Amino acid sequence: MQYTLSILVENQAGVLSKISGLFSRRGFNIDSLAVGVTNTPGVSRITIVANGDEYVVEQLEKQLNKLIPVIKVKRLNNDEFISRELILIKVHCAAAKRAEIIKTAEIMQAKIVDVASSCVTIEYCECANRVNTLIDLLKPYGIREIVRTGTVAIDRGTASVSV
Amino acid sequence: MISGAEIMVKCLEAEGVSVVFGYPGAAICPFYDKIYDSDIKHILVRQEQNAAHAASGYARCSGKPGVCVATSGPGATNLITGIATAYTDSIPMVAITGQVRSDLLGRDVFQEADITGACEPFVKHSYLVSKTEDLPRVFKEAFHIASTGRQGPVLIDIPMDIQTNEIEEFVYPDSVNIIGYKPNTKGHAIQVKRAIDAIKLSKRPLIVSGGGVLSSGVKLQFQDFALKTRIPVISTMMGIGVMPSENELYLGMLGTHGKAVANRALHEADLVIVCGARLGDRAVAAPHQMSENTTVIHIDIDPAEIGKNVKTEIPIVGDMRNVLDMLVENIGDYTVPEQWQETVKTWKKDLFKTPPVFDGYVEPRTLVGHLSAMFRSKAILVADVGQNQIWCANNFRIREGRFLTTGGMGTMGYSIPAAVGAKFARPDRDVIAICGDGSFQMGMNELATIAGNKLNIKIIIMRNSRLGMVRELQDKNYNGRHSATILQGDPDFLTIAEAYGIDCAEASSNEDAENIIKGIVDSDKPFILVCNVYPDTPSI
Repeated sequence: MQYTLSILVENQAGVLSKISGLFSRRGFNIDSLAVGVTNTPGVSRITIVANGDEYVVEQLEKQLNKLIPVIKVKRLNNDEFISRELILIKVHCAAAKRAEIIKTAEIMQAKIVDVASSCVTIEYCECANRVNTLIDLLKPYGIREIVRTGTVAIDRGTASVSV
Repeated sequence: MISGAEIMVKCLEAEGVSVVFGYPGAAICPFYDKIYDSDIKHILVRQEQNAAHAASGYARCSGKPGVCVATSGPGATNLITGIATAYTDSIPMVAITGQVRSDLLGRDVFQEADITGACEPFVKHSYLVSKTEDLPRVFKEAFHIASTGRQGPVLIDIPMDIQTNEIEEFVYPDSVNIIGYKPNTKGHAIQVKRAIDAIKLSKRPLIVSGGGVLSSGVKLQFQDFALKTRIPVISTMMGIGVMPSENELYLGMLGTHGKAVANRALHEADLVIVCGARLGDRAVAAPHQMSENTTVIHIDIDPAEIGKNVKTEIPIVGDMRNVLDMLVENIGDYTVPEQWQETVKTWKKDLFKTPPVFDGYVEPRTLVGHLSAMFRSKAILVADVGQNQIWCANNFRIREGRFLTTGGMGTMGYSIPAAVGAKFARPDRDVIAICGDGSFQMGMNELATIAGNKLNIKIIIMRNSRLGMVRELQDKNYNGRHSATILQGDPDFLTIAEAYGIDCAEASSNEDAENIIKGIVDSDKPFILVCNVYPDTPSI
C-alpha cells in the first residue's frame, strides 16, 4: 500500500536526518521525499511517499510524532488530495523527430524549456502517474537525463495540514 | 558578563541538581573549571559509560533526571552504551558533552566525534548548541523533555567556544514552549469507561505491571487499586517491585525467564490490563497469540507502545497517575470473582520453590531469596545482567525497596555504577549490587569511586568462572559447545577488593554467606562478598 504523509516540522538542524533515520532504522523504505518552507516562519513541511501495510504506517506515524521537532503528522487520504511532481527531461532529438516530440509534449501539456542541436529539455509538473506516462512516451527517442523532485501534496477542499 | 560554562553550572543549579557523574577532558574543561566553585557535587567515575549508568541509578531512586558529563570524542562515544541503556529503560537523564570549537566542527580535529549524530537512535532528543545565548533555553528544555512524558535521555553537546564566550546576563526561563512536544498525560474518559466495563465483565482479569508504574511514582496507589479489586498482578523485569513479592496477589515476573505461574496466569486470563510496559519478546514470546481470547487494555504514556507488540482492544494513552485515579474513581465496589481469587491463591503457593543445593557451593537463588530479610525493608537491590539478573528477578523478596536492573537493553556492568548512583540518591538506604564474575569485571573500575567516596555499597559476586547465561544458551541450542564462555585468567577478587581497601570475604555455602552478610549489614563501609556458585546452576 502506498501512502503519503504530510509532516510539519520545526526548521532546525538535523531534523531531516532524524526523520530519514527513523525510516531506515525500522527498515521502512521511502519512495520520495520533499522538503520546503511554509507560510509560518521556522516551520517546514516534509512530504513523504512510502510503502507499507497498515501496521507499518501506524507505527511510523506514532514514531514520527515522538520526534520533538515534529509538530504534526497527517496521512493524506487516497484520492482526497492533489499531488504534484516536477520533472525536467532531456530527450535525444534528431531534427527529423523534433516535431513529433513537440507534439507529444503538447498533448501531455508539458513545456519545452530548452532546445539544442541534438536534444530538447521538457518541463512537466503533474502527479506521479502522469509523469511516468510522459517518461514512457519519450523513452523511444532516448532519454539523456531525468531530474525529478519528490511528490508534494495538499488536501482537496477545505481540509488543511497547518500549525 | 557571564561565560557559557558559568551559565551551564547555573542552569544545573536552577534545575535543583545536587550531584553529577562525569569524567573531564579538554573540551569540557571550561565547565569543570566552573563546577569546581559550585555546591554541585561532581563524582569522578573511572569510565564515562559508568557516569551514564550512575546517573541512571540516581534518577531511578531520586525521581529526578540523572546528569552525566563527558568530554568530546572518546569521552562522548564511551557514554553511548549508557545513554542507550537509559533510552531502552526509559530513564530520565541529561547527558552533557564537550565538543571541539564551533569553527573546527567537521574538520576531524583531535577528539572530535559527531556525538549528536551517533546518539540519534538512542536519545529522546539532542542539542548541538550553536550560541551561548541558547544555553538557558536548551537546558530548560532538556530537563523538561527528559523528565516528562515517556522519560528518557537528552544529550546536550556544547562546543568549547560556546562554553568560553560571554554574554550580558543569565536569565533562566520559567517555562518551556516546544510546539511539537505536548505529551498527553490525561487518560481518555471514554476509553477508561470502556476499560471499567470490560473489567466488570471479565471473569479472570490480570494486571501486567511494567516500569511505567515506577516512573510515574504511583506504586502505592497502584497497590491500593490491586488490593481493592483483588486483581492479581504479574510484572515485567522493569516492573519488579511494584508489588511486594510476598503479597498474595503477586505472581512474579512473566516471560521466557520468568515464573511459570505468572505465564500461566497470563495464559488463562480473559482480560489483561497492561500498565506502562512494552511487552518485548522476553516478556511475551508470541504476542500475536496472546490476545485471541483475551481482552487487552493497554495503559501507556507513549502512544507508540500501544498496539506495537500486542494487539490491544482498549488503548488508554496517559500518565499512570491520572489513569489510575480515573480507574479507582470509577471501579466502584468491583472485586474479582471468587473462583479466580482461589486459583490465584493456589498458584501463589508455587511461586517460590527451594532449589537443590550443591555441596561446597552457594545456591544463589536461595541466597537471594533470603537476602531481603537480612537487610532493611527499603533496601535497593541492583542486579547486573546474566544469570545473576534472573536469579535476582525471580527470587528477591522485595518489600518496600527497589529492584533496579536494565531490563530493556541488558547491559553488562550496569550494577556497580548504578548502585553508586542509587547510593547518592538514597544515602539512608541499604544498597546491594549483585553481579556475576563476568559482569563484575565490566564494572569493577568503579570500585575506586566506591572507595574514594566511602560509599556503603554491598557487592555480591556470584562466581562460577563462566559466562553463565550464554553457556546455558549454548547447552540448550548449540550442542553444549562452550565457545568463549569459560572465564580464564580471572583475578582473585579478594585481592582486588583488598587493593581498593574494601573489606571482603568468600563463601562456599549458604550458611557461610548468610553469616557473613549478617555480620556486615550494620556496617557503614562497602563490602564485597564472593560466592562460589556451581557452574551448572540453572537461571530459573
